[in-house]
Amino acid sequence: MLDLKIKIGGEAGQGMQTVSHTLAHVFTRGGLHVFAIQDYQSRIRGGHNFSALRIRESPVFSMPRGVNILIALNKETIDLHRGELHEGGVIIYDGEKVKVEAHQNLLSVPLDRLAQEGGNKLYGNSVAAGAALGLLGYAFEPLAEVLRDVFGKKGTVAEDNVKAARAGYDFTTRNGHSQFPWKFKPLDDRRRMLIAGNEALALGALAAGCKFVSAYPMTPSTGIMTYLAGKAREWDIIVEQAEDEISAITMAIGASFAGVRAMTATSGGGFCLMVEGLGLAGMTETPIVVVEAQRPGPAIGLPTRTEQSDLEFVLHASHGEFPRAVLAPGTSEEAFYAMAKAFNLAEKYQTPVIVMSDQHLADSYWTIDTLDVSRITIDRGQLIQPEETEKLAGYKRHAITHSGISPRALPGYPGITVVTDSDEHDEEGHLTEDTGLRTRMMLKRMRKEIGLAQEISPPKFYGTANPEVLLIGWGSTYGAIREAVDLLQAQGQKAGMMHLSEIWPFPSGAVATALESARACFVVENNATGQLARLIRRETGKAVTGKILKFDGLPFSPEYIMEGIK
Amino acid sequence: MVTLKDYAGGPTAWCPGCGNFMLLRAVQEALVGLGKEPHEVLSVSGIGQAGKLPHYLRCNTFNSLHGRTLPPATGAKLANHELTVLAIAGDGDCYGEGGNHFLHAIRRNIDITLIVHDNQVYGLTKGQASPTSDTGFATKIQPEGVILAPFNPILVAVAMNASFVARGFTGEKDHLVGLIQEAVRHKGFALVDVLQPCPSFNKLNTFAWYKERVYKLDEGGKYDPADRAAAFQKAQEWDSKIPIGVIYTNPKRPTMEEQIHAIREAPLVKFATGGPDRSRFERLLEEFV
Repeated sequence: MLDLKIKIGGEAGQGMQTVSHTLAHVFTRGGLHVFAIQDYQSRIRGGHNFSALRIRESPVFSMPRGVNILIALNKETIDLHRGELHEGGVIIYDGEKVKVEAHQNLLSVPLDRLAQEGGNKLYGNSVAAGAALGLLGYAFEPLAEVLRDVFGKKGTVAEDNVKAARAGYDFTTRNGHSQFPWKFKPLDDRRRMLIAGNEALALGALAAGCKFVSAYPMTPSTGIMTYLAGKAREWDIIVEQAEDEISAITMAIGASFAGVRAMTATSGGGFCLMVEGLGLAGMTETPIVVVEAQRPGPAIGLPTRTEQSDLEFVLHASHGEFPRAVLAPGTSEEAFYAMAKAFNLAEKYQTPVIVMSDQHLADSYWTIDTLDVSRITIDRGQLIQPEETEKLAGYKRHAITHSGISPRALPGYPGITVVTDSDEHDEEGHLTEDTGLRTRMMLKRMRKEIGLAQEISPPKFYGTANPEVLLIGWGSTYGAIREAVDLLQAQGQKAGMMHLSEIWPFPSGAVATALESARACFVVENNATGQLARLIRRETGKAVTGKILKFDGLPFSPEYIMEGIK
Repeated sequence: MVTLKDYAGGPTAWCPGCGNFMLLRAVQEALVGLGKEPHEVLSVSGIGQAGKLPHYLRCNTFNSLHGRTLPPATGAKLANHELTVLAIAGDGDCYGEGGNHFLHAIRRNIDITLIVHDNQVYGLTKGQASPTSDTGFATKIQPEGVILAPFNPILVAVAMNASFVARGFTGEKDHLVGLIQEAVRHKGFALVDVLQPCPSFNKLNTFAWYKERVYKLDEGGKYDPADRAAAFQKAQEWDSKIPIGVIYTNPKRPTMEEQIHAIREAPLVKFATGGPDRSRFERLLEEFV
């Protein structure tokens, strides 16, 4: 089966992501499956950034090593990535601008000149996109269609880009195409979606009826608030850029207390500031959803790269004890449904729910069939309506109940007042220092964890049952682990994956059983210490065979995982 | 008819002679005078002796964390702008721990009344300097006296073009009631900084100290709070004479709520909560095809 990787590299500001995104749309519309990643530096201009996409006729989930077409918008890209080329692979570059020693893989395409001839020399990237398609022998018209969609009716911009792309396409059709070993054609015209993790998280929030978002921009979470801010007017939601993350989370808590579904999103550094707010939500039993899009730490770390080093932090964030749920979707599709579930859990159990993401999930694009909004139900838990007067008689916000869940009324309901406090409080919500009452209130809040634990889905399994090698992961490593299992099985190994996309309350029983069923178990984690391995040990008493770890800021490839099995 | 009894809360835990008692009474009288029912009012407080006030005032209450009075108040107001939202904080709470939120609440001009119990000292932690302590004020932590310049909330608020800036004094309760009522009626962010003695820990700025110095701006009838230059002058008076009253107003600033499309017709909380219309959402997904 054809499996092709295109990498576009250059300086920040040269538009690598636009080329990648344009091509990803072209292939997705042709019925092919695409997975695309972004690797960028924390700067606006300069440096070295790349975007890579992989195309296959069946679903793809990760970025293995190797490149078939390298589009080099500067010399550094050639120097850095030449070694990754598969045999027969081609480097498209502008030989009229970039001087390099001749090499059989190099294919000079005069990107700037062809763009200039087409009407505007700024459209060299469209020439490059056309050139890539020309090499592949893929139809041109889908690219023209995508460019017209992207650039709309702004004067001659769309048509000038189409002309530029056509020039690139014609150029490689004449030069390079015949020698290029891989060809791709559109499969069908099935209408699939191309969606990034951040977009899916934002859409999930919208589908869940989230009405209020307060956040402070922080890579790689910013895309969530950006998307929702763009939809705020049309969908009647409020998106407020807070002055800091403390304000972001406590503002969302205030909105939730007043009755609307509310969320915030940040990265690990911002989450550090939100920690006191998390405890506030736990103590006041206010529903709140927090997206924690991890990046390498500590401190500023590697701002634009990926890591999974906040698991234990998120599990324990805030002083004191209170129930929480932690979800860790592995793909953009899972991210969408995870958000809807997060809002339901937050409202049913009146406690914080954290959805863990990372740069790899946030910025990567997947081709997916669709997002099925009919699968989303909205459960606001024990939210009393103002007309349910019998339930409001003698209302106590923190009534002690068997489930630990106190029916929730909202400020503004006639005839009652709703009181809550960050201090320990009585059933009405007023502060207390009664030690007996303190114990009863703690037990009440912690009882919610029993119900919450039953809501957590068991881990997802893939590959062979009772495997020789079981690879265990959580969050964004889903794709690389799954494809490592495919590779191992192709080599005749009995391999399997256990993926935790809902991680707390910990599904101890299912995890313990899976560990027993496998001969060897390896955790695969983008961190330095194996946080999931420790969690498994703590919650099941069982140790894994080994840890396959990566903490250089880059995502796993399936090959890297295979090499780690020892 | 709403009466003072409707706003009566539980027993207080303040020291005898605390200015908080008069402040609580003033808030209760102001709300009764405005004809607000307790269920229409939300008081959001921080931590400190001031932060306890909502427990003694029967209305909807969110007693937040130290310094985090304004953000939840802002979130709640945006979610349901039909609520009368009072943010109740202390000087350490609002000007120290929550200083950043104070600045940005002024920028937002959200329709919240912020009442700051300003006794120039930390009470609950037993007598340390606060951001508004006078230079030279000696405490166990600052035994040689405070060397920092005091934070002047009134001057900062005027400089930031806050839409309503007032100072009250608990020794002038009826005057304070009027200020709070005016602040609540004001459309936009309203600061009422309230001078109050702390008989336990502030032996410098005592009741008598304040009484000697405060004077009412509206007496004599010449002061125009819309005059920003005059407001800057009044905001800087402190050592021998301290003005109380409405120091500055700018009613022309639009409120945050007025400018948000989602709540142009009804509060956010009144939207149906069944999630978005399915076919409309599916059309949105088409943007990703």
